[in-house]
Amino acid sequence: MALRTLASRKTLAAAARPLAAAAVARGVTTVALPDLPYDYGALEPAISGEIMRLHHQKHHATYVANYNKALEQLDAAVAKGDAPAVVHLQSAIKFNGGGHVNHSIFWNNLKPISEGGGEPPHAKLGWAIDEDFGSFEALVKKMSAEGAALQGSGWVWLALDKEAKKLSVETTANQDPLVTKGANLVPLLGIDVWEHAYYLQYKNVRPDYLSNIWKVMNWKYAGEVYENATA
Amino acid sequence: MAAFASALRVLPSPPAAVPRRLRSDALEPYISKRTVELHWGKHQQDYVDSLNKQLATSMFYGYTLEELIKEAYNNGNPLPEYNNAAQVWNHHFFWESMQPEGGGSPGQGVLQQIEKDFGSFTNFREEFIRSALSLLGSGWVWLVLKRKERKFSVVHTQNAISPLALGDINTSIPSINLCDDIPCPLLLQPLINLDLWEHAYYLDYKDDRRMYVTNFIDHLVSWDTVTLRMMRAEAFVNLGEPNIPVA
Repeated sequence: MALRTLASRKTLAAAARPLAAAAVARGVTTVALPDLPYDYGALEPAISGEIMRLHHQKHHATYVANYNKALEQLDAAVAKGDAPAVVHLQSAIKFNGGGHVNHSIFWNNLKPISEGGGEPPHAKLGWAIDEDFGSFEALVKKMSAEGAALQGSGWVWLALDKEAKKLSVETTANQDPLVTKGANLVPLLGIDVWEHAYYLQYKNVRPDYLSNIWKVMNWKYAGEVYENATA
Repeated sequence: MAAFASALRVLPSPPAAVPRRLRSDALEPYISKRTVELHWGKHQQDYVDSLNKQLATSMFYGYTLEELIKEAYNNGNPLPEYNNAAQVWNHHFFWESMQPEGGGSPGQGVLQQIEKDFGSFTNFREEFIRSALSLLGSGWVWLVLKRKERKFSVVHTQNAISPLALGDINTSIPSINLCDDIPCPLLLQPLINLDLWEHAYYLDYKDDRRMYVTNFIDHLVSWDTVTLRMMRAEAFVNLGEPNIPVA
């Protein structure tokens, strides 16, 4: 399972652990930047190594740092009973916490072609996609179109409503995680349509990014999440 | 070298603010030629083309761009034309907010107003940078004149949102509600805007939005343009109620 792959390679995360442990002692569990389960250049030519490096080392790392900072501030505000400060911190927590959640999913959604990236979903998820969207191609078309039409920065998701057992395509603004659209929604796949995710390579042509990203999509991961959530 | 000619040929009512004829390398080294070519030639052009396509079958055909933005904002439930129209206007306003060898200190009238409303130019500069960095996602940071209070204010807006369509930006009350049926003057007069979409700076600055914003305010902002915009705004304010002599 994908989490195991991640665990075996998370040297960076391990390095950050003493810091997290120290924070636990004070009552706050901070998060750490996860390692990528592949090299920065491994998704080329679909996504360049430079984009992957900046995206992971700069953007995701900043969300992690700012989320941890907000958590510590929240902890202090809660301890003091400072309600206005607690409320004020919500937007930083949603944005930076969402940024961490979303990117952590995103890295697992991608896979080098040599390791099976781009292979369409099989088994239960494959059947569910046919049932809910008509065909795999129809789903890809729908997600690409909704991603291209999204105004500003945000994400396009393949979501599972775990109670209705139904798949849907959702979009969220900025770094809002999928859970902001409903507690029942489980993210199977998220595509980052912030300009930082593609601009160095694709410039203003977001549709080309959205057509190429399917070549490195990790459907195996999505299928595992689906089966766990519907089991 | 191709200049910044008007990209708005097809619009029924071209807006007043057509970019100066400016070479695409005129803002180097702070904004690269490549960024200008893409930003102006692709992103802005896409908004122009999409708007023109919409206007071919739209009830808004023949509106001025400003009218169109206010109407299509639709009290915060934007109609399909809003996004393209506001982004066309925002980008024009942005190019005109800069000049080569800009930055430095504002002219006397503008500087006095800044000192009155922010305490000092340094405070204003810091407030502008702070506001730009605290925008989460894509959008714009603005210096606006609040007409009713006759006060400068720094605000940021998400995505395509324009102060033109907003009454008081803090409460998001559309100006149209505040004026009932009388012709409503602009409540927030934009004086400067800076594009904070990643496409505006990513090729030159990557994730370093702070450096981009700092360079804008220190080296690119056109205080000459701000002075002109202030004068126009003041002329409008001073007009006030018509004073008709009694016969």
